[in-house]
Amino acid sequence: MEQVDWKILREIADLEKTPQGAYNFRVNGALDSRQTTANIDIVSKQDKPGIDIIVKPGTKKESVHIPVVLSATGLTDVVYNDFYIGEGADVDIVAGCGIHNTGCETAQHDGIHVFHIGKNARVRYVERHYGEGPGTGENILNPRTEVYLEEGASITMEMTQIRGVDSTIRDTVVEVAAGGECIINEKLLTDGAQRAESNVEIILTGEDATGRVVSRSVAKGESVQVFRPCMTGKDKCFGHVQCDSIIMDTAKIKSIPAIDAQSVDAQLIHEAAIGKIAGDQILKLMTLGLTEEEAEEKILEGFLN
Amino acid sequence: MLEISHLRYDVTAEDGGALDILKDVSLTVETGKLVVITGPNGGGKTTLARAIMGLNQPTGGTIHWNGQDITNLSITERAKLGVSYGFQQPPRFKGLRVKDLLALAAGKPDLAPGEGCQYLTQVGLCADDYIDREVDASLSGGEVKRIEIATILARGAGLMIFDEPEAGIDLWSFAKLTETFERIHKQGNATLLIISHQERIIQLADEIVVVEKGEVAHHGPREEIFPRIMARTIPGCGYMKGGES
Repeated sequence: MEQVDWKILREIADLEKTPQGAYNFRVNGALDSRQTTANIDIVSKQDKPGIDIIVKPGTKKESVHIPVVLSATGLTDVVYNDFYIGEGADVDIVAGCGIHNTGCETAQHDGIHVFHIGKNARVRYVERHYGEGPGTGENILNPRTEVYLEEGASITMEMTQIRGVDSTIRDTVVEVAAGGECIINEKLLTDGAQRAESNVEIILTGEDATGRVVSRSVAKGESVQVFRPCMTGKDKCFGHVQCDSIIMDTAKIKSIPAIDAQSVDAQLIHEAAIGKIAGDQILKLMTLGLTEEEAEEKILEGFLN
Repeated sequence: MLEISHLRYDVTAEDGGALDILKDVSLTVETGKLVVITGPNGGGKTTLARAIMGLNQPTGGTIHWNGQDITNLSITERAKLGVSYGFQQPPRFKGLRVKDLLALAAGKPDLAPGEGCQYLTQVGLCADDYIDREVDASLSGGEVKRIEIATILARGAGLMIFDEPEAGIDLWSFAKLTETFERIHKQGNATLLIISHQERIIQLADEIVVVEKGEVAHHGPREEIFPRIMARTIPGCGYMKGGES
């Protein structure tokens, strides 16, 4: 792998070298390297680009890294990854895509992830999106994530996109069965002329299913963001949607949370707020010796961390 | 030494006329003194304190700190020269934790947990319960206020201005707070300017300044001014009838 690829891997997966456990590195639309373990298998799909990740029932404290790097301009990479997490397993999955675009053509990665999470299994999923490069070509990421949680299964998804992605449309759909739990923490920063759209749908199908979406975003420059989180409750369940955005410069943010109760025992809440940085916050940090710019940076850093 | 000379602060009222918030304030505070500013609501105390920090730009007069004219310096520059101010109504920050604020205040990005906890203890907060919490709406007014005071302690600046530090604070924390002011004063490294209406705090003062209607109405040693304030608060006293005590 080239040096620039490693730099991107650091940004999206905190990786300095090949990680412990299972991994699959995809660079410029092709397999770069792969490692499986006794409990985690990774198999290339035969009919389309992508992989199947199979975690044996009862696997504990193992991790899978599946980063994707695009450093060639003009490449559109579509990948289908399916995860089969066995009953009672407890694993960390680190995904993410980084684009280093040096040319004037569009570089695009569309990752389609489908998770089948078995009974009482727990998954922590971390996905970071990042773009960079001196080129004028657009960096586009359009991920689609589907999650099917069986009884008592849970997933925590940390989805972060902080820099350099010009256009993104993110679709996330999660179905939570009885006693299951889905937590989505979404963090997004856009600047310049970037556009980001995030559609999240959580369907709580079983008794005592829980869903939480916490979305925090900052829109700078003339960027545009649209959020459409929707929580549906079909049984005695609890769902909470919280969208919180800081708007700056001439950016635009649209936040359209929805809650949809289809059972008398569904308890659903949504909150959405958009506002600029409060003047008092900046002034307070300036009285601690920070400049106005440093104060703003600290406030945004805290908000998105 | 803090020297305020002929300070004015006017704003334009809704009807277009001028409102003199500070008319002509001159005040000298010697280094190492604890001075309490008191007086009726709306008299200009907070405006004066904020002008010293640079949060309000005065329309006339000068402010010198340790011999340097700071009247036209930015908030940041004043902070770096050792001026600090605890807000009367401190802002909240989503995502910033108590320890982040304390680290910023102390100017040490890697503030040791022990040091951070020490500042919280001094304002009557159990450090373990608070150090990792976000300074957001989940904290009560009194809690945010005490964290605010802790940031001023962490700054360890030469001039510490506290704006009604007692507001919203329970009795037990208040006792701890007065002890803290007393201790800082005894150490003698800082000049303390405290806006307060609390007798316990006023009793700590070397000097008392009464600010009223945008002016310094009285300024002198505690022993001299305090009995006069007390006389004015007795029902049916001269002040209530519109006269001076």
